[in-house]
Amino acid sequence: MTTVKVATPKAAARAPAKEVIKDASMLKQKEMMAAHYDRLTSAPETGAKVAATFVPGNLNELVMCFDLLNNLPEVNAIQNGLRRVSGSYVLEAEKIGHSEDVCTYVKSDIGMMAKGNIAPNGKKFPNPDVLLLSYTGCFTFMKWFELLREQYKCETIMLHTPYMGDGKITKGMIDYMVKQLREEVIPTLERVSGVKFDIDRLRENLKRSSKAEDDLVRVLQSAKAKPSPIDAYFGGIYYIGPIFGAFRGTQDAIDYYRFLREEVEDRLAKGQGPVTPDGDMGKEKYRLVVEGPPNYTSFRQFWKMFYDEGAVVVASSYTKVGGVYDFGFRHDPSKPLETLAEYCLGVYTNRSLPMRIDMLVNYINEYEADGLLINSIKSCNSFSAGQLLMMREVEKRTGKPAAFVESDLVDPRYFSAANIKNRLESYFQMIDQKRSGANAAA
Amino acid sequence: MATSLNPQATADIVARANALFEDLSFGTARAWKEAVPGRKVVGYMPIYVPRELIHAADMLPLGIVGGGDQLEVIHGDAYYQSYICRIPRSTIELGVSGRLDFVDGMLFPSICDVIRNLSGMWKLMFPKVYSRYFDVPQNYRDDIGGNFYINELAELRHDLGELRGKPITDDELRSSIAVYNDNRRLIRELYALRAERPWQAPAAEVYLMVRAGLLLPVEEHSALLRHYLAAARAEERPMRDNCRVVLTGMFCEQPPLNLIKSLELSGCYVVDDDLLLVTRWLTGDVEIEGDPLRNLSSAFLHHSESTAAKYEPNQKEKGQHLVRAVKRTAAEGVIFAAPSFCDPALLERPMLQHVLKEAGIPYIAFKYAENSGQMQPIREQAGTFADSIKLWSAA
Ligand code: SF4
Ligand code: SF4
Repeated sequence: MTTVKVATPKAAARAPAKEVIKDASMLKQKEMMAAHYDRLTSAPETGAKVAATFVPGNLNELVMCFDLLNNLPEVNAIQNGLRRVSGSYVLEAEKIGHSEDVCTYVKSDIGMMAKGNIAPNGKKFPNPDVLLLSYTGCFTFMKWFELLREQYKCETIMLHTPYMGDGKITKGMIDYMVKQLREEVIPTLERVSGVKFDIDRLRENLKRSSKAEDDLVRVLQSAKAKPSPIDAYFGGIYYIGPIFGAFRGTQDAIDYYRFLREEVEDRLAKGQGPVTPDGDMGKEKYRLVVEGPPNYTSFRQFWKMFYDEGAVVVASSYTKVGGVYDFGFRHDPSKPLETLAEYCLGVYTNRSLPMRIDMLVNYINEYEADGLLINSIKSCNSFSAGQLLMMREVEKRTGKPAAFVESDLVDPRYFSAANIKNRLESYFQMIDQKRSGANAAA
Repeated sequence: MATSLNPQATADIVARANALFEDLSFGTARAWKEAVPGRKVVGYMPIYVPRELIHAADMLPLGIVGGGDQLEVIHGDAYYQSYICRIPRSTIELGVSGRLDFVDGMLFPSICDVIRNLSGMWKLMFPKVYSRYFDVPQNYRDDIGGNFYINELAELRHDLGELRGKPITDDELRSSIAVYNDNRRLIRELYALRAERPWQAPAAEVYLMVRAGLLLPVEEHSALLRHYLAAARAEERPMRDNCRVVLTGMFCEQPPLNLIKSLELSGCYVVDDDLLLVTRWLTGDVEIEGDPLRNLSSAFLHHSESTAAKYEPNQKEKGQHLVRAVKRTAAEGVIFAAPSFCDPALLERPMLQHVLKEAGIPYIAFKYAENSGQMQPIREQAGTFADSIKLWSAA
């Protein structure tokens, strides 16, 4: 395992670390992302064709069978959030007629287009050749790609994933999806790309996916240890990057997750806690499960509110949004189209509310967490509608306290640091009280 | 109620529909249930469910579209953040306050993430009530989306059969389809009458007549519609110098009745709208002969309304339904009215506006909530719109 120290003057606030630790996995990821954006932005010169698609229901293994590059608008919105440009994009979209009430990912994307469609590497994104509307877990996706189709006037493929309203996957659902894949998605991708579909190539990609998925699960489950060697929300967001993005099914992803697993196992063996942007986290005081996406425009500041207090997130639902692997699902090369269907059906936001609650309760118990924290996103109905009931149910079933904070993914107008900090402080006090109550009773 | 076609005054018919609308305890549906032991009521939310299946199981389909502006929401707000629309919280209020305690089943159609998640909340909050998320295909090929939909219909048919204690037969379904075909024809007639002579069938009245269809047994509703149609045609009412508009975006959370009235008072005749779409989702008769589920599926796939919750596979077709509605009803403009925080309506809006712009059709837009009280700004906006249309057409 290699560890490289990169000095950053800004990260000096917290002693003793004065530098950001970049592990081999982080460097690998950085390199992968940079190469990916370069591949995308040089598509006009290389002649590569581009498919845009969403993170949940991301069919990267299939997309790669057609030599298509995968461009994920949500990942671009996140990048724009982290780089603090999303705010101006959201405003731009509102200026050209989009409502202040709707999903800010969409507006960040539309605003970015309106302002020249510039990728994180400073070059222009290519126009997509096809919009693969993998429609799972969120109704907004459909409108989002209809909006993009209006602009790009390119071929659009709908792959409709039924909702798991009754908490189960039926044969009818799988048949429906497989038929869509076989008779609509694949023929259209063949036509757009000019590449003939080869099911063995898909099998190979799927095999590679499942290998990386094994390692990802090992990493996420390491948080059951005390102290947890990882932060499964703030840190977890980096861990899911490659597999939820354009790398699932590649050798790069296998390498990345192997590096990552080795690093985490090393920390585990040494009894170390997570690495934060300010270096090693101090003593683990609170173990939390988090529901909901993070805020990206003040990501560091948000995270700091946790690690300054010794709070580590041991499990989160957001790291399951592009696939739920920790209850046993793996991409299965022996049934290539069915497995893609099962994958799409099983993503976190395509699960019924009772299933989501069961998952959170399971995490609190299995990871021996002190409670649940919900970060409710103003503009995301898919996650947010129903979260107040989820909070009550989880409290009732686990006897652990829960708390609720509100922010937005990429709209900086809805991040109120003072408010969130106050709520977190009272939440930590609540956990302390609960503990001292429990100790007194014992 | 009277079943013969004795002439009745429009006002009396409208008063009856209004009383139904205002009754937040669903007294008529309760009375229907109590009248015969063993009767069951199945509620459904927007946007569309095949009510024929519920009817075929001898049950009353009951449309639940929120609490309106008269319901005091006491508990519902504790379930939803301020940035989520009103309809789920007032629906929860109806449930928690016991107003829906006679309802034996609830269907939550595929319309948006809010209703989708509400289906799971209902399962948790009212575990004794049969509740189901009713999925519909976004693929319109008979052998793909159609097969999936037939499966969904078959599952629902099976569940409702179980709830009744006796499976639903094909013949029962066929006769329910016929009854609903009749009802849909009457609704189309009502819309056609209003489009032709909007002063004879004001928008608020038409709304109440259609809304009654969510609350009454379909046969009674059809009779009510017949009475209204006869009465509205017979009664001479003054024609005002209003412009003609199509209303769009109101397919889920309902606007207050006052809002609809305000539009007409401020100079706009509503000649088409997308309110309560379930009553005319299927745009023609459903075939009666043959396999009833296949017939319902075929109607859904090939002859149903376009709206934000449905995927439009053909970019050239996107929004054209609105242009067609404008042409069909000789409308002069479109009013986009969407519930606050309604992602489907608000994300759809810019695309529809682009299409209208291209077609040279003027429009305005505003947001509302089911409990909006202040109508003044909307009146002013609609009034100015009406004036500008008149000026424009005079020019
Ligand atoms: S509504 Fe939520 S899940 Fe859907 S696209 Fe927006 S952020 Fe993503
Ligand atoms: S008003 Fe809009 S967002 Fe709210 S439940 Fe209805 S469709 Fe969904």
